[in-house]
Amino acid sequence: MRGIIFIDPQKCLACKSCELRCAVELSKSKDLPQAIDEYPLPQRRLKVESVAELAIPLQCRQCEDAPCVRICPSKAIERTEVEQPVLIKEQLCIGCKWCILVCPFGVIGMDREGKAVIKCDLCFERLKGNKPPVCVQACPTKALQFKTLEEVPAEKRKEYLVRFTKGKEMAERK
Amino acid sequence: MREEEKSIDKASQELLKIAEREGVDTAWDRYEAMVPQCGFGELGLCCRNCLLGPCRIDPFEEGPQRGVCGATAEIISARNLIRMIAAGASAHSDHGRDIAHTLLLTAQGKTKGYGMKDEEKLFSLANELEIKTDGKDRKEIAMEVAEKVFSEFGQQQGELQFSHRAPERRQALWRKIGIMPRGIDREIVEVMHRTTMGVDSDFTNLINQGMRTALSDGWGGSMIATELSDVLFGTPRPIRAKVNLGVLKEDEVNLVVHGHEPTLSDVIVTASQDPELIELARKNGAKGINLAGICCTANEILMRHGIPIAGNFLQQELAITTGAVELMLVDVQCIMPALSSVANCFHTKLVSTSPKAKFPGVEHVEFREEEALLIAKKIVRMAVENFKNRVKEKVNIPKEKMDLVAGFTAESVFRFLGGKYRATYRPLNDAIISGRLRGAAGIVGCNNPKIKHDWGHVEMAKELIKNDVLVVVTGCSAIANAKAGLLKPKAAFEYAGKGLREICEAVGVPPVLHVGSCVDNSRILITLCNVVAEGGLGDDISELPVAGAAPEWMSEKAVAIAFYFVASGVFTVLGNPFPILGSREVTDLLTRRLKDTVGANFAFESDPIKAAHLMIDHINEKRESLKLKPVMYKEREKVILGVE
Repeated sequence: MRGIIFIDPQKCLACKSCELRCAVELSKSKDLPQAIDEYPLPQRRLKVESVAELAIPLQCRQCEDAPCVRICPSKAIERTEVEQPVLIKEQLCIGCKWCILVCPFGVIGMDREGKAVIKCDLCFERLKGNKPPVCVQACPTKALQFKTLEEVPAEKRKEYLVRFTKGKEMAERK
Repeated sequence: MREEEKSIDKASQELLKIAEREGVDTAWDRYEAMVPQCGFGELGLCCRNCLLGPCRIDPFEEGPQRGVCGATAEIISARNLIRMIAAGASAHSDHGRDIAHTLLLTAQGKTKGYGMKDEEKLFSLANELEIKTDGKDRKEIAMEVAEKVFSEFGQQQGELQFSHRAPERRQALWRKIGIMPRGIDREIVEVMHRTTMGVDSDFTNLINQGMRTALSDGWGGSMIATELSDVLFGTPRPIRAKVNLGVLKEDEVNLVVHGHEPTLSDVIVTASQDPELIELARKNGAKGINLAGICCTANEILMRHGIPIAGNFLQQELAITTGAVELMLVDVQCIMPALSSVANCFHTKLVSTSPKAKFPGVEHVEFREEEALLIAKKIVRMAVENFKNRVKEKVNIPKEKMDLVAGFTAESVFRFLGGKYRATYRPLNDAIISGRLRGAAGIVGCNNPKIKHDWGHVEMAKELIKNDVLVVVTGCSAIANAKAGLLKPKAAFEYAGKGLREICEAVGVPPVLHVGSCVDNSRILITLCNVVAEGGLGDDISELPVAGAAPEWMSEKAVAIAFYFVASGVFTVLGNPFPILGSREVTDLLTRRLKDTVGANFAFESDPIKAAHLMIDHINEKRESLKLKPVMYKEREKVILGVE
C-alpha cells in the first residue's frame, strides 16, 4: 500500500482518537488498557493542533526533499523511494536535534528518555499488510484518510468541476 | 466478521446470513462500523458534566492530566461510573415503582385483568412491613403494602425495609461504612448531586455512594419489583417450556413481547388465549395465536406461564428478520432504537406501549393498568389482523428450539432440595459443607457484540458445573444457557461434575437454575441470606463459597447489579472491564481494596473459562477459610464430557 495521509480540517472534531490509537500502535502490547501501564509509556507521533475554529491533526508529511534527511549528520534519517515514509534509525541518532529545528511542520520530537528523535513513520509495517495508518483507521469522521497521489488531484479536479458548473448555472439563472 | 464469529447460536447464525442477504443492518454490523471505539470513553477519561469541558485526560501522559476544573482521572472515572450505577438503579427501581402502582390500583379495584395470585406472599410481606392483618381483607392489606413500599422510594431517612433481610453482620457493616441505603430515589439524586461540577472530589467517597445507590436497587427497587410481581402474578414454580427462534410458528400468528415489565405481558398471555381472538386468527388463515418473548418481559411470563422465549437481547432484530412476526410489542429497557428500521423491511408491526419509551414512526398504543385487558386484546387483534400481510417468500424460521425448565425462586428451589414436607435450606448447606457441591455461582447480564453471542454465558456455566458449582442464572444469561440445553435436568448427566450430578439426580433439577428476570437477581440475594441463616457457612454473605459473573454485560443496569452484589459481599467477575481503567487508583480500589471494606471485589476477565476459574479459586478460598472438608469428587474427565 502506498499513499499519503489526507487531512480534511472541516471534519476534524478534535476528539484525539488518532493520538490515542497512534500511541497504542507504538506500544508493546498494542492493547489500550495494557498500553497505559507500560514502561516507558508509548508516545504518539501526531498531534491535533488548533488554530481559531479549526482543529488539524498534524503528523510528518514524509517530504520528498526532506530537510531532516538532508541535515542529519549521522545519516539516521532516510527515505527509500517516492511515496515511501521517511524513517529514523534510532541506533544511528545522536540526539543533536537539528532535524527538530529544520522541520517546517514541527512534527519531530524527542523520545521520553531523550535518546533519539521520534516522528510518524506512516505505520509502514501496517502498509506492508495493506492496512492504512492507524490514525486513519481511528478517525470517526474520516477527517483523516489515506489516499494515493493520483486520487488526491483526481478528486480535487472533480470537486472543481462541480463548483465550476454550479457557478455557471447560477450565472445563467441570473 | 463471519456468522460463526458473531454467535455460537445456530439459529442466530442462520438469520444473520438472511439479514445480510436482505440488507438488514444488525447490531453486529453497527459494532463493526464503530470500531475502533473512543479510547477516552473506554478508559473513562472523558468528562462532559459541565461546560468548562468537554475535558479528557491523556492516558499516555503527554497531554492534560487534569480537566479545566482540575478533576483528575480518578475523579472523572469514578464520577462517570457511579452515574452509570444511578442510571441502572433508576431503571430497576422505576420498574419496581410501576409494579407497586399496579398493586395499589388493583387493591383499589381500579384495574381489570389482575388478581392477587400469591396471597401467602402478600401476608408475609405485610408481616415483614409491620402491617397489621387482623380483621382486614386482602385488598386492604395489599393497599397498605403498596403504600408502604411506595413510601420507600421517597423515603428521606432511616433504612430500606428489605435491607434488614441481609445478615446482621452485613447490615452492621453497611452502617459502619455509611452505605446503608436510606431511600431509593434519594440515593440516585445524591449521585447526581455529588457528581455535578465541583462537589465530591474523593473517588473513594464517590464509589461508596455508588455502592449505597446500588444497594438501594438490589435491596430496594429490584426486590420490590420481584416481591410485588409475585404477589400480583404468582410466585413462579418449576415449569417446562421451549426457547429459541424455532418457537415461532409458520402457521400461526406470532406475537412477540420484548422489554422488561410483566404488567402488560402478563395480560397479553390472557388476551392471546381469548377464544374470540383465536377464532379471528382462524378466519385470517392462521391456526392460532403464538406468543413468544424476548429479554426479561419474556422471562417474567416464562417463569409464571411457561410462555416460550424467542431469544435474548441480540436476537431482537433477528426475530423480526424471520419474516414471521406479525407484531412485536415493546415496553421499556433494552429495546434497540434500530428495531423500527428492521421492522420496516418486513410486514412486522412494531408497537410501543410505555409513555416512557416512544419511537418515531412507530405505532403507540399506550398501556394503562386500568384498562389492561382491553388494551392487551386490542394489541393481539392488531397482530391477528396483520397475519394476512405476511410475505411467504420472506419467512425463514430456524428449526432450533430447546427444552428447558425454569421457574425457580428462593422459596421454591432450595426448599425443593429439602423435599416437599421438610422445606428447608439444610440439604443445600449440607451439600456444600460435605463437599458434594463446591459452591454456587450466579451468571447474569446481557449480550454484547464485543463478546461472541452466548459464548461467554454458556462456556462459563459449563466450566462451573463441571467443577461441581451449582449455577443460577437470570436475564439474557438464562436465555443463553437455556438455548444451549443447560436448563434441562438431563444436562446434569452431560455436563455436571459428579457431586452436582448426584444432587440434580436426587432432586430432579437442572444443574443451571433459571431464577428469573434481571430484577429477579434480588432472588439470589434472598437465597444467599437464607443460606447464611440456615447456618454452618459463616455469618455473612462474604463468607459463603459463592461468586457472581456478568460475562457479556453492556447495560448500565448490569453495573448497578454488579455493585450491589459486591457491596453485599459477593466476588464478581465481569467480561468487559468497567470504563475506569484510565485511573489506576479506581481500578485498584475496585479490583483489590474493596475486599478490605465490603469483603468482596471485582475482577475483569473476558475469557469465560479463565473467568470461571477465578470464581472457582475464590470459592475454594472461601471453603478453606470456613475450614470445610475438601471437595468430594475431582474434576470429571474431559473425555466423558464429550468436550473437544
